[in-house]
Amino acid sequence: MRRRDFLGLSAGASLVALSGRAWAVSADAAPKRLVVVLLRGAVDGLNLVVPYGDDAYYAARPTIAIAKPGVEDGALPLDEHFGLHPALSGLLPLWQEKQLAFVHAAGSPDPTRSHFDAQLFIENGTPGRRATADGWMNRLLAAMPGLSRDPTEAVAVGPTLPQILKGRMAVANLPLGPAAATPLAIDKPEIASAFDRLYAGKDAIGQAYRQGRTARAELVAGLPAPPDPTDRGAPAPNGFPAVAARLAGLMAHNRKIRLALVGIGGWDTHVRQGNHTGQLAERLRPLGDGLAAFAKALGRDWQDTAIVVLSEFGRTVRENGDGGTDHGHGNVIWVLGGAVQGGRVYGDWPGLGTDALYENRDLAVTTDFRAVLAPVVARHLRLPDRALATIFPGFSPPRSDLDRLIA
Amino acid sequence: MTSTDLASNQVPAKAGTHSSAARAASGWIPAFAGILFLLVVAALAPRAGAAERVSDRQVLHILDRLAFGPTTADVKHVKAIGIEGYIAEQLDPDAILESSELNKRLAGLETLKLDPVQLFAEYGPLRATDGMQPSPEDQKARRQRARLILEQAQAARIWRALYSPRQLQEVMVDFWYNHFNVFANKALDRLWIGAYEAEAIRPYALGRFRDLLGATAHHPAMLFYLDNAQNAAPGSKGLNGREAGINENYARELMELHTLGADGGYTQDDVVALARILTGWGLARPNALPASGSGFVFYPARHDNGDKHFLGQDIAGNGEAEGEKALDLLAASPATARHIGFELAQYFVADQPPEALVDRLAARFQETGGDIKSTLKVLFASREFRDSTGAKYKSPYRFVLSAARAARISADNPKPLLGAMARLGQPLYGCMTPDGYRDTEAAWLSPDASLLRVNFAKALAGGNLPIVDGAKPVEAAPLLATLGTGLSGRTRAAVAQAQPELQAALILGSPDFMRR
Repeated sequence: MRRRDFLGLSAGASLVALSGRAWAVSADAAPKRLVVVLLRGAVDGLNLVVPYGDDAYYAARPTIAIAKPGVEDGALPLDEHFGLHPALSGLLPLWQEKQLAFVHAAGSPDPTRSHFDAQLFIENGTPGRRATADGWMNRLLAAMPGLSRDPTEAVAVGPTLPQILKGRMAVANLPLGPAAATPLAIDKPEIASAFDRLYAGKDAIGQAYRQGRTARAELVAGLPAPPDPTDRGAPAPNGFPAVAARLAGLMAHNRKIRLALVGIGGWDTHVRQGNHTGQLAERLRPLGDGLAAFAKALGRDWQDTAIVVLSEFGRTVRENGDGGTDHGHGNVIWVLGGAVQGGRVYGDWPGLGTDALYENRDLAVTTDFRAVLAPVVARHLRLPDRALATIFPGFSPPRSDLDRLIA
Repeated sequence: MTSTDLASNQVPAKAGTHSSAARAASGWIPAFAGILFLLVVAALAPRAGAAERVSDRQVLHILDRLAFGPTTADVKHVKAIGIEGYIAEQLDPDAILESSELNKRLAGLETLKLDPVQLFAEYGPLRATDGMQPSPEDQKARRQRARLILEQAQAARIWRALYSPRQLQEVMVDFWYNHFNVFANKALDRLWIGAYEAEAIRPYALGRFRDLLGATAHHPAMLFYLDNAQNAAPGSKGLNGREAGINENYARELMELHTLGADGGYTQDDVVALARILTGWGLARPNALPASGSGFVFYPARHDNGDKHFLGQDIAGNGEAEGEKALDLLAASPATARHIGFELAQYFVADQPPEALVDRLAARFQETGGDIKSTLKVLFASREFRDSTGAKYKSPYRFVLSAARAARISADNPKPLLGAMARLGQPLYGCMTPDGYRDTEAAWLSPDASLLRVNFAKALAGGNLPIVDGAKPVEAAPLLATLGTGLSGRTRAAVAQAQPELQAALILGSPDFMRR
């Protein structure tokens, strides 16, 4: 089947026109924020937003398919064609409030099935071009007006800086494990000043150190107290829901944070990925619950926050010999937020018939991932079109129903 | 300790100039001392025995690249036998007498003496006996007991890297382990991680690439990690008796990461062909375990014996031999030579290594049939290598090891060192993805990690880590004597101005010490 729903295209809802209107109404002072969640390892989008209306889906996946809605442990119906993996039930309230949208058959136009190249392209924002040294979120930061150029305006969760945030703009990173707020020696002024003298250089090492000092001074106050070492037998919560809760706390406390990045690995399910239960289900549940809790924890700020969840590519339509799936092409992108016009599966669904598959094995890509990010940048973050040209050089978003993704 | 004390511990070759400069500065107010120091160093540099200085810097350089950083003893050793002598010595590790103290430490690690089959039998999941399933509690206890294997593998790796005189061998173990990475926390791999390194990596670290490739391809740790143990001809019975089929995972990474590289010119059809070639390469069934051995089994019934077309060649159906032929082709490909040449140059010289050097390494690799030692000889003799002092940013693994080596720590309990590596983003054996840890500044330099490194340096230097009973603060003077030539004027000045109890921390936490 081929399901096109270019709602309202004839009404002239082009990005240019809409972003022009958006500027006119951006009088509110609350900062607009974007959180990107990278699912590294290529999550199986076909079991995440299940095309239960395609018989070909069930034919291709005899042991790992998610059953149709209405059947026990079946997909949670999203519309007459797509259903949600039951482990993501925590996200249903957001769907019902139309604050969660999916874009199916989305991905990178580059055909690589290498995790590492594909992640690089999703992060540097120039598919097929490895040489781009910076990441699109860093270029986005550079294009955002009215910032104080403080490193805490963009924060990566974790001990390293991922490619997507690298670039000339100062950014911060912070692992958000249970011990995130544990005091360090460097918090003591006499130690800090001794090391500050060492790290006064203009080189990259000196800059990173100074960004770290600034970020730590500003961010740690927004973290919950470290676990009491005497509190034996009651480990602090870990995993994505706990990290998401700490990030929400941080963003609520520090309103300078405009961009945040969380990477989550472990989606490369070549073997026994399971269906409504099993490996993939066990990874999806904390992700869905954590995102739902994050939205709630942000309170009123949720209105001004968008979350985009994406992965480097999708997985094969047919299950392999081991109850798993191999590297594929098209995938589903999730967009959540108070201003998202959700409750819809966007995109141009190519179907799963043999003639519709990419290289006879994968879901085709009908929406470039940058076309999903474009309205988030233009309409949610309210940047002009010329900014888009610096964030995604060489890319101009085609007119599509995604123009309506953000209110 | 005052700045005068610091100066009196300069490396002897330069004591005359530097200590007098610092002594002159010591009576001044500290803020000016550093400036004066810089001026004096700058003014004296051209006259202060340039040849000797270069050679001292080269000693540190060679120990930062062929070893996990300088120690007092190794600096003395390299000075005694010369840089060429040290390179020749390190390229022939079997001729180096292993440290008896290290051997004593390793002797206590009983799980390292077991092969993969024995490890599975003694530490693997419990099996039903007389039709009785083991209880969940017993299985859990068994899993906890199996943690010992990873702990011992980690301890062995750390102790070897810190104390083995065969430093280059251990450096190459780090290099090849990351090249052929296996993640310890993927189910059964927690049993085999130590055996994998001991059987498939270390013996060939300076040997022939084809041997490494073959050893990793046959090892249960790799067969399980990249799912080839489950890769079977469509329609055949899989490992667990169920209907099986092709699994592309290993075939793809074998070409992209282990041999040809992402630009190596292979197609999706080649991935499928290689996966078919490798069908049937698997693991012994738990109910048919031999008494010992690697556990590798080739299952003819699960092999797709049809003819294949792979990398432009016809490969006739021929069972296990097809896989060997494919590995031969991959090892001999010029794309592989280039890929390995690039990785070696990046690891030993610069994140963006000079093209000309990569070309020479690839050529040497190719003409010697993948001889690692010969390729490294070209690398270590190159001008690009000699001229690249301080060009590399240390990975967390390198940073932690080099600090512990410089501080002469007896790491009876290596856990604080392992914990620091993990917090800095590089848990040992903990890279989940098959590309292994990168060895570039872009991978590791981050704002938060910069602070964590400083924090680790402070804790280590202060004797605050439970690494050894009665840990004492680290003395700054011997550190300066060993590392001094590699420190900038700014760092020396800041150290000289600092409180004595902070000086060692400042040296190990300095920007200079983050580089190698």
